[in-house]
Amino acid sequence: MHLHKYEKWWLIFGVGTLIAFLLILAYGAFYLGTHPQSHGVTIDPENIGAEETFKPENLGLTKLDEGKYVLNVVASAFNYDLGTDEEGKPVKHIQIPKGSTVLIQAVTPDVIHGFNIAGTNANMMVEPGFISSMEVTLNKPGEYTLLCNEYCGSGHHMMFATVEVTE
Amino acid sequence: MAIEKLLKYEHDNKFSLTISKSESRLYMSFIGFAFIALFVGGLMGLLQVLVRSGYYTLPAGIDYYQVLTVHGVILGLVLTTYFIIGFQYALMGKTVGISETQFRVAWLGFWIMTLGTIMSAITILYGKASVLYTFYAPLQAHPAFYIGLALVIIGSWIACFVNWRQLYVWKKKHPGEKSPLLAFMVVINMIMWFIATLGVAASVLLQFIPWSLGYAATIDVLLSRTLFWYFGHPLVYFWLLPAYMAWYAIIPKIIGGKIFSDSLARLSFVLFLFFSIPVGLHHQLTEPGVQTTWKFVQIILTFMVIVPSLMTAFSMFATFEITGRRKGFGGLFGWFVHLPWKDVRFLAPFIGMLAFIPGGAGGLINASYQLNSVIHNTIWVTGHFHLTVATTVILTFFGITYWLVPHLTGRKLTPTINRLGIIQTIFWAVGMTIMSTAMHIQGLLGGPRRSAYSEYGGSEQVAEWGAYQVAQAVGGTILFIGIVLMVYIFIKLAFFSPKGNEEFPIAKEEMDAEPTPMWLERWKLWVTITIALILFAYTIPIIDIIQHAPPGSAPFAWPIGNN
Repeated sequence: MHLHKYEKWWLIFGVGTLIAFLLILAYGAFYLGTHPQSHGVTIDPENIGAEETFKPENLGLTKLDEGKYVLNVVASAFNYDLGTDEEGKPVKHIQIPKGSTVLIQAVTPDVIHGFNIAGTNANMMVEPGFISSMEVTLNKPGEYTLLCNEYCGSGHHMMFATVEVTE
Repeated sequence: MAIEKLLKYEHDNKFSLTISKSESRLYMSFIGFAFIALFVGGLMGLLQVLVRSGYYTLPAGIDYYQVLTVHGVILGLVLTTYFIIGFQYALMGKTVGISETQFRVAWLGFWIMTLGTIMSAITILYGKASVLYTFYAPLQAHPAFYIGLALVIIGSWIACFVNWRQLYVWKKKHPGEKSPLLAFMVVINMIMWFIATLGVAASVLLQFIPWSLGYAATIDVLLSRTLFWYFGHPLVYFWLLPAYMAWYAIIPKIIGGKIFSDSLARLSFVLFLFFSIPVGLHHQLTEPGVQTTWKFVQIILTFMVIVPSLMTAFSMFATFEITGRRKGFGGLFGWFVHLPWKDVRFLAPFIGMLAFIPGGAGGLINASYQLNSVIHNTIWVTGHFHLTVATTVILTFFGITYWLVPHLTGRKLTPTINRLGIIQTIFWAVGMTIMSTAMHIQGLLGGPRRSAYSEYGGSEQVAEWGAYQVAQAVGGTILFIGIVLMVYIFIKLAFFSPKGNEEFPIAKEEMDAEPTPMWLERWKLWVTITIALILFAYTIPIIDIIQHAPPGSAPFAWPIGNN
């Protein structure tokens, strides 16, 4: 089969670019270790409270160490459970000092939800049966909206909280 | 020798059978159904952008997500499938012919698909299936919704079988001859469709229907999603390949040129068959239960479609340049300036081609493993596929409509309708540029897709998105005017245009074109490689998903108001 000379150049350029793109992605993934979340840790969706991490008293933001936090969340239709404050009211606003690393762990007892701190890379699916988790560092101070970005029912767009990254 | 060559050329390029009246009725039924779907789905789209602008509330307590379900199902699944099957039947009828039996079976397929569509539509209208077109478990719709979808798929399989049979019968009658290019392309697309829909059919028949009827207590959510996306990505190539058929084999004729290369066109279709299916995991990158290695393997396979895409782009512009220069338009860009811009049969698909440049580039970003988490489930994605399917594909389909409908109904494309078509194309281009750009930007800022209007408690970040949502409403309204124009044009061409004989443009090869190598028709080999790639990409992930499955999920009907 005949290939025109210019077409050969065009395809060499195209395939070269393709290989370059893939090498960059592979470098990011396998050398720097940047993968999307994929832990495969399972949980019984009808009994998430059996897991220590997701007992009501362990939900929300916990400081582990200087600059190290863990954020445990139960996402359900149509609410993010981030624990309760001293007065027993549900927490809807959390504050994290900038530059700290936060391990986010999220589960759902019902349908699929999204977990996205809008405008950041903290973006994952939360599916029944699995613990979703990822570690993020939030460097830019400001107020962010944590919202559900996977359709979960009629109140999907009412499912949110705020995350403030403080100086 | 020269005469022999000329005779052979004449013979090889004589692919214009006459389409009978009854055949036309079959093809027009599919295409007409697609235009009804366009109007209903477009109206839903208008309601969505208006709601999201924040200045409009749906009347009579209609749920936003019900409207969104209608929009996705009727445009993504119904309009596309009906138009494609009708167009492909017309191509087969024109190039290889249809027998009496095949014709009757084709009608059976139409009625099965239509029965399914009506079943699903009624379920959605009753508010029993506001699950969007992806119907992710464990949200549970009424069983009639899933049964309707299964019937649509089964009806479309009948079209696969008929198309395959049509070419098979032709080849028996023409031993040793290469199959007509368009028939070759249709058969490739239908092989891809059949293999791809096996996944979603398995999920619907074995998982969703028993579970929604109560025979199975729980469903494996991750498995159902994986089977859906095994189908979901080839679905977009099933939309795109008919557009490519028009680009490769019809547009050259419209602009007065020849096919750039018959062999390259076939090779690119074979490559699309290989690399359309084993890539679905790139829709599941941010999911917790799929191994990273296999996500990455499928990313590599996803990127492979760049090769046939670049071949297509080259062929298009090569045809444009060769044709222009042959007509005597010299200079660096003379050939480009003198393309038939005032012929809507060319202009509409051409704008579609242009939209594929940002559309394809956006697709690379989406599939780029780590970059995906920047845009996953943001409205960027919606902006992306409104460029690819809702501009590239649909404008090409409109471009086909301008000649195919009058050809089938024995009417003419008049200069008035041609002018109206050009206006329609401009409306589409402008509306989509505004809407899609606003969606892309809002997505980068974090705005979610598939969400009704919400101020999310009135945060400053969300307030910034407001202007983009208003822009989407402006763009969407312009697009809706475009839809009304197009439906008007369709009705005009189908019923009221003056009687006449509109050409069915099929381009020929160059006189001195190199013969197409016969190895391109090794169907068994192509299917074997396709299946081997699928087994390679999916066997281990699916075994892993089944072996490490968590307890299954009970149905949830209340979140979608299906009580």
